[in-house]
Amino acid sequence: MRRTVGALVRKELLVELRTLESVPGMALFAVTTFVVFHFALNQNTVSGQEAAGILWVTLLFAAMLGVNRLFVADADQGGFDGFLLAPVDRTALLLAKALALLCYLLVLELVAVPAFGLLLLGPPLGQALPGLLAPLALGDLGVAAIGTLVAALAVRTRARDLLGPLLALPLLVPIVIGCARASAPLLVSAHPGGPALRWIATLALYDLVFGLIAYAVFDFLLED
Amino acid sequence: MIELDRLVRRYGEREALSDVSLSLPTGKTVVVFGPNGAGKTTLLRVLATLLRPHSGAVTVLDRQLPDEAWRVRGRIGLLGHEPLLYRELTPRENLRYHARLHDVPQERVQERLQAVSMTNRADEPLRTLSRGMVQRVAVARATLHDPELLLLDEPYANLDPAAIDLVMPLIGAESGRTRVVSSHDPSRGLAEADLVLGLRAGRAVIVKAAPDVGPEEIAELYR
Repeated sequence: MRRTVGALVRKELLVELRTLESVPGMALFAVTTFVVFHFALNQNTVSGQEAAGILWVTLLFAAMLGVNRLFVADADQGGFDGFLLAPVDRTALLLAKALALLCYLLVLELVAVPAFGLLLLGPPLGQALPGLLAPLALGDLGVAAIGTLVAALAVRTRARDLLGPLLALPLLVPIVIGCARASAPLLVSAHPGGPALRWIATLALYDLVFGLIAYAVFDFLLED
Repeated sequence: MIELDRLVRRYGEREALSDVSLSLPTGKTVVVFGPNGAGKTTLLRVLATLLRPHSGAVTVLDRQLPDEAWRVRGRIGLLGHEPLLYRELTPRENLRYHARLHDVPQERVQERLQAVSMTNRADEPLRTLSRGMVQRVAVARATLHDPELLLLDEPYANLDPAAIDLVMPLIGAESGRTRVVSSHDPSRGLAEADLVLGLRAGRAVIVKAAPDVGPEEIAELYR
């Protein structure tokens, strides 16, 4: 299984490195959205719940770009059939795609979070960053599990570009809520606190539930 | 060995294959003729375990489909209309990827690239290669894991005569494998067939030993 997942992840990252179809678009979208918020809110800085909301909604929509493209090369170039003909555990594809999406999200956040700190965030990003790591990690895990599941379902339909976001967004709303609530205390200007542990626990539980659901149903999504 | 007994496969309401029956012993070749939309590709995809039969019995390599499909995956080589290769990867990278999936030693990649005479272009992205070259790489991919059964959908499309000679030892009758070949070329098809299956609108209208079938009978399928 490890060998198969390794081969699939390596292939995913190679294809992305050659085409640059997902990650640059995701990062550019996020930065552009922060600029739009900057002018639309007519505020130089934001903080607290408002800042957390802007950050997570932007990350969610940027992530959707990557989710939508996750299986496109496989569907268009016969990669699905190539994989299905191999004598391997099909769960390997779920793990590999989720890991690849996780990598894309990490790169997205390496660009988007500092950009958010520069363009919009009132309090210094440095003080919030250590506390933000937990919601970022749990948010990424949830998006990777749900995004992979939904992308696998949508890519085999004719309206995949529409169906992907329509299915994914309602399932990702609890992650946005959890991440925003967990991050808000870190982004206040005066006396910032730690991440809200209740929301961190909720996020972890949600990730676990959807990780198990994805594991249970992914095989059926690949069946004819 | 392949056994089909009243195989039915539908797409929605439309029957793409209707009551197709066939028996092919190990090491033999069946060539499938039929006009576009007759069900040739659907038949190959059912045999490849990529599509489930909706009724009838399908036995491939002595295993019942779809229940034992997992036992035959890895023993089948499929060469379809799509090369099942990633355009942004090079032939070598594509073959290495498939070698890992099939747990085949990496040395086999170089051996297969040599067999299809693609070593000199093995490190260029697939999208920069001609269709004939891509087809040669697809042949290398389909035979990389030394499959017992070859499912070939118009395998010589895009290949020039020299390239056909090149791939014949891998996918031709001399490969010694059991083969299901779809073809539109009566002379070549009949020459390499042990058994002929003629499909029209999903129905098997010819199921005969190759010596009993003439080119006229094949031509009639397309009228």
